[in-house]
Amino acid sequence: MIEFLQNLGKNTRTSFTKLGRGTIFLLQATSGIVNVLPRPRLLLNQMYSIGVLSFLIITISGLFVGMVLGLQGYYILSDFGAEETLGVMVAASLVRELGPVVTALLFAGRAGSALTAEIGLMKATEQLSGMEMMAVDPIKRIISPRFLAGFLSMPLLAALFSAVGVIGGQMVGSGLLGVDEGAYWSQMRANIDFQDDIVNGVIKSIVFGFVASWIALFEGYDAIPTSEGVSRATTRTVVNSAFSILGLDFILTALMFGD
Amino acid sequence: MQHTSTQDTLVGLFVASGIAGLFFLALQVSNLSSFTEHDSYTVTARFENSGGLKVKSAVSSAGVKIGQVKAISFDPKSYESVVEMSIDKRYSTLPDDTTASVYTAGLLGEQYVNLDAGGSDEYLKDGGKIDVTNSAIILEKALGQFLFKSAAEEKK
Repeated sequence: MIEFLQNLGKNTRTSFTKLGRGTIFLLQATSGIVNVLPRPRLLLNQMYSIGVLSFLIITISGLFVGMVLGLQGYYILSDFGAEETLGVMVAASLVRELGPVVTALLFAGRAGSALTAEIGLMKATEQLSGMEMMAVDPIKRIISPRFLAGFLSMPLLAALFSAVGVIGGQMVGSGLLGVDEGAYWSQMRANIDFQDDIVNGVIKSIVFGFVASWIALFEGYDAIPTSEGVSRATTRTVVNSAFSILGLDFILTALMFGD
Repeated sequence: MQHTSTQDTLVGLFVASGIAGLFFLALQVSNLSSFTEHDSYTVTARFENSGGLKVKSAVSSAGVKIGQVKAISFDPKSYESVVEMSIDKRYSTLPDDTTASVYTAGLLGEQYVNLDAGGSDEYLKDGGKIDVTNSAIILEKALGQFLFKSAAEEKK
């Protein structure tokens, strides 16, 4: 009993300490962004490894998600004789939810885990301490460029995902199943609002990008510097990112779309 | 050096395609391009009952969309619904005796305001009022009346 209470107290304390370290880390990383701007090369390299290398998985997933939405939407909507509204269904679900959320989950799996492993290994091989010895702040030099690249890439990737998905839905809907192409686009245009749907979707993806990069970088930076520690940190990145993204999505949806 | 410049090009392509995706969403998917509020004028109409009309519902004439509903409010003095509509400047030649009615697109579709042009020589101006209005047909009410009527006929 006593042991249980002791463990409970210890675990609570450890998790609060970790949250505190994470917040301080976030503040340091954000303030370090100023130092990235005079060195665009650092940012560019990270945009390449975070954004460009995620491009393929995002566009292909977007295409397939859009195609599945087109199929499923058609089956359901044709029961009610409302196949013409397929475009609205595909576009609304992509722009509001699936675009930002699925992109963020893929982003956490593709780019987030790579970031954690990279930084964890840098720590394990004492590259970070080496930098400190040379009076180079590893947060400014290593973390901040990755952080900035992460949340600049996310909205772009999410927009691509939604755009490709809408086209995929149209390919299946009007190419395969015979929904009128004009109705698909005009219904979509009449019912999707720029402010309410698209801008809110972009805001969501920025928030997710911010959170996913923060978790990935912090887990790497905070990892126990052994091979086991790095592998655990990588797992935690994917799990925690998924939880935070889905939880935040609920909160953001409740805030944004309630009339 | 060759390597970095291909990397730059790829990052550039990535950013450009992301922005192109955003533009595609804004212009092709959403209603941003179809109607802007800058080049429009406002008219108001009072309805006894505006039914399920909502802000951003369509305002059309002869079946063509010419504007949208800007605001709906309740007048506590006359117990009427005051509907403010913004209409595209291109269609500034609506006569001032135009009739406004709330119609439903299809049996279960959205409600919209239909404007039937009258025969007056004077045109509606910005801030003008439409005097002749027809209320929305409330399906439950119409059904209730019909059922009541047929029940009364059976009793005879």
